[in-house]
Amino acid sequence: MSVKSTAARSSRGGAKRRGGAGRKPELVQLLTPEGERVEHSEYSIDLTPEELRGLYRDMVFTRRFDGEAVTLQRQGELGLWASLLGQEAAQIGSGRATRPDDYVFPTYREHGVAWTRGVDPLNLLGMFRGVNNGGWDPNQNNFHLYTIVIGSQALHATGYAMGAAKDGSDSAVIAYFGDGASSQGDVAEAFTFAAVYNAPVVFFCQNNQWAISEPTERQSRVPIYQRSAGFGFPGVRVDGNDVLAVLAVTRAALEHARSGEGPMLVEAFTYRMGAHTTSDDATRYRLDEETAEWAAKDPIARLKTYLANEGLADEAFFAEVEAESDALAKRVREGVRAMPNPDPMAIFDNIYADGHALVDEERAQFAAYQAQFEGSEEGAAR
Amino acid sequence: MTAPKSMTIAKAINESLRTSLETDPKVLVMGEDVGKLGGVFRITDGLQKDFGEDRVIDTPLAESGIIGTAIGLALRGYRPVAEIQFDGFVFPAYDQIVTQLAKMHARALGKVKLPVVIRIPYGGGIGAVEHHSESPEALFAHVAGLKVVSPATPSDAYWMMRQAIECDDPVIFFEPKRRYWDKGEVDTSAVPAPLHRARVVREGTDLTLAAYGPMVKTCLEAASAAEEEGRSLEVVDLRSMSPIDFDTLQASVEKTRRLVVVHEAPVFLGTGAEIAARITERCFFHLEAPVLRVGGFHAPYPPARLEEDYLPNLDRVLDSVDRALAF
Ligand SMILES: Cc1ncc(C[n+]2csc(CCOP(=O)(O)OP(=O)(O)O)c2C)c(N)n1
Ligand SMILES: [Mg+2]
Repeated sequence: MSVKSTAARSSRGGAKRRGGAGRKPELVQLLTPEGERVEHSEYSIDLTPEELRGLYRDMVFTRRFDGEAVTLQRQGELGLWASLLGQEAAQIGSGRATRPDDYVFPTYREHGVAWTRGVDPLNLLGMFRGVNNGGWDPNQNNFHLYTIVIGSQALHATGYAMGAAKDGSDSAVIAYFGDGASSQGDVAEAFTFAAVYNAPVVFFCQNNQWAISEPTERQSRVPIYQRSAGFGFPGVRVDGNDVLAVLAVTRAALEHARSGEGPMLVEAFTYRMGAHTTSDDATRYRLDEETAEWAAKDPIARLKTYLANEGLADEAFFAEVEAESDALAKRVREGVRAMPNPDPMAIFDNIYADGHALVDEERAQFAAYQAQFEGSEEGAAR
Repeated sequence: MTAPKSMTIAKAINESLRTSLETDPKVLVMGEDVGKLGGVFRITDGLQKDFGEDRVIDTPLAESGIIGTAIGLALRGYRPVAEIQFDGFVFPAYDQIVTQLAKMHARALGKVKLPVVIRIPYGGGIGAVEHHSESPEALFAHVAGLKVVSPATPSDAYWMMRQAIECDDPVIFFEPKRRYWDKGEVDTSAVPAPLHRARVVREGTDLTLAAYGPMVKTCLEAASAAEEEGRSLEVVDLRSMSPIDFDTLQASVEKTRRLVVVHEAPVFLGTGAEIAARITERCFFHLEAPVLRVGGFHAPYPPARLEEDYLPNLDRVLDSVDRALAF
């Protein structure tokens, strides 16, 4: 092992990527952090005022229920929560680019994407409360279950896309993953399969700069979007805090996939404003200055400024969104508190589609064991 | 000579890694978030600060990469201690462990050694989401070429880690995560027991409870509860799942004539199944009852709010004790 190469990690906050060799990678942007609309030579977007307000509403709602989930975890109602704070534009922009017949493969942080797919936030919370290991029917909204094992779903998305192509459909598939996940073999293998079979899949990497405590330069010497070049398909980096640019770029990438041109990699350059999860303490490894720098690029604030400055939304609209998001938070709060603990016998449910003798035997044994406690104090406490 | 100190299992492993890094310049610690963060359980806390980024290495997020490169480092003369962040995340590395790490010494006619330690926090009881509570030890013990151990006390955590690092074979070191914060005395100047030797941790006459890792404490509690009912249970801490110290266990069972094996892992084709078979072969004429097993079901590890029902606890252990004594 080269001693130098492992020791060369520079400090965060304006750190230069070693392999980046000076040239700053281009970032597709349509709305600046100051809320100014700018044009891009390759990607453009033309949205109605109503659509623009819709994106704002989506982002505010998402942030609100995400924050509510953090609170619920602190109160002991959830075991864990992985906050998406700061990544609302990356998720709402990309999620809103999908069609209902497209299929989405999320990580464990895609609460905003879930929202755009019509998955009830309460369904997302079950697994974090510890009442189930998934909690929704993936086929109802073409939104697959959350995947915790890093990178696995990139292959599932690719296979699903291969199937869609075989069926002759023009549906596309989108696989979400993080900057850390870009190191996993499964992700590299997904790139290979997608390229070889020209699968209609968009790889959507939210580079939120951190994989728990490790900065992105621990995963890659080149900007992540450049990875796809070696596999033979295009990659693009978009300002992940710019919902307009994310929507435009993801639409284009999905169109690319749909039209038979194969996979595409989108790197949404964004930032994880919170800790990795509620179990994490980010102060141990990153500087407040860095977080403050990104706070100035907030995805919601910039759209709000734009809407206000252009006269596309008035105070009444903002107040209404606020009130609606409070109502959503209240519904989530009450819904979570009312979520019952599962019946212990559910341990044996749905393990096999066609049944299994050992499961039947153990289920019966466990039921008999549980029955001993019935009526006793322990039984009552269960 | 230093006086024994009271510390947690977490701290004991940390101290053990620290001493190993100090005494052998070839020892490396590597894994996801083990450096600056000190690991998600803080087991490697402070080590990167004191030993530098060359020896305490934050790796890319890729388990096959971690173990594959640990193998290469070992071939080059290093002694890597690789952390897998949680039990459920070892599987991307399973190929490297099973097809490469376990077999390389034999394939090279004994000419290369693979002193790789793979640390895996394992087991349930911490209210986690899926893949964070599993007990996959049998999947490794089944593979020739690997040694598999799990400490139950701070003292064993300290010494077994030292011994695992000094061992020239690959050792899968399962850390009982829900016991990380349990305290006990550690005497760093003592002479430790051999790594793979089982230990009678409570003497008794009516039945033997055999366990390792997180279940040792549960069995000791069960033995205390049973004592109040006038039953004398012996508890054997196996400490090692590959190899298993059957001699110590046999001696215990020949005395008590009954055996219940307890582990969190599913009982189907688990460690307990192997123990039941071997002890039955060795002690057939001593046994008053079949060897019983208490453990997980043939089911995915359940969501957190059901884990208290799923995990073997005092009641489940005593239920099997009653059944064994009723024969
Ligand atoms: C295979 C695997 N290894 C390790 C982990 C533990 N883990 C959970 S999240 C995480 C970091 C993921 O970083 P990234 O891919 O950037 O996604 P982010 O959490 O930033 O959204 C790690 C190491 C895991 N879930 N799966
Ligand atoms: Mg990340």
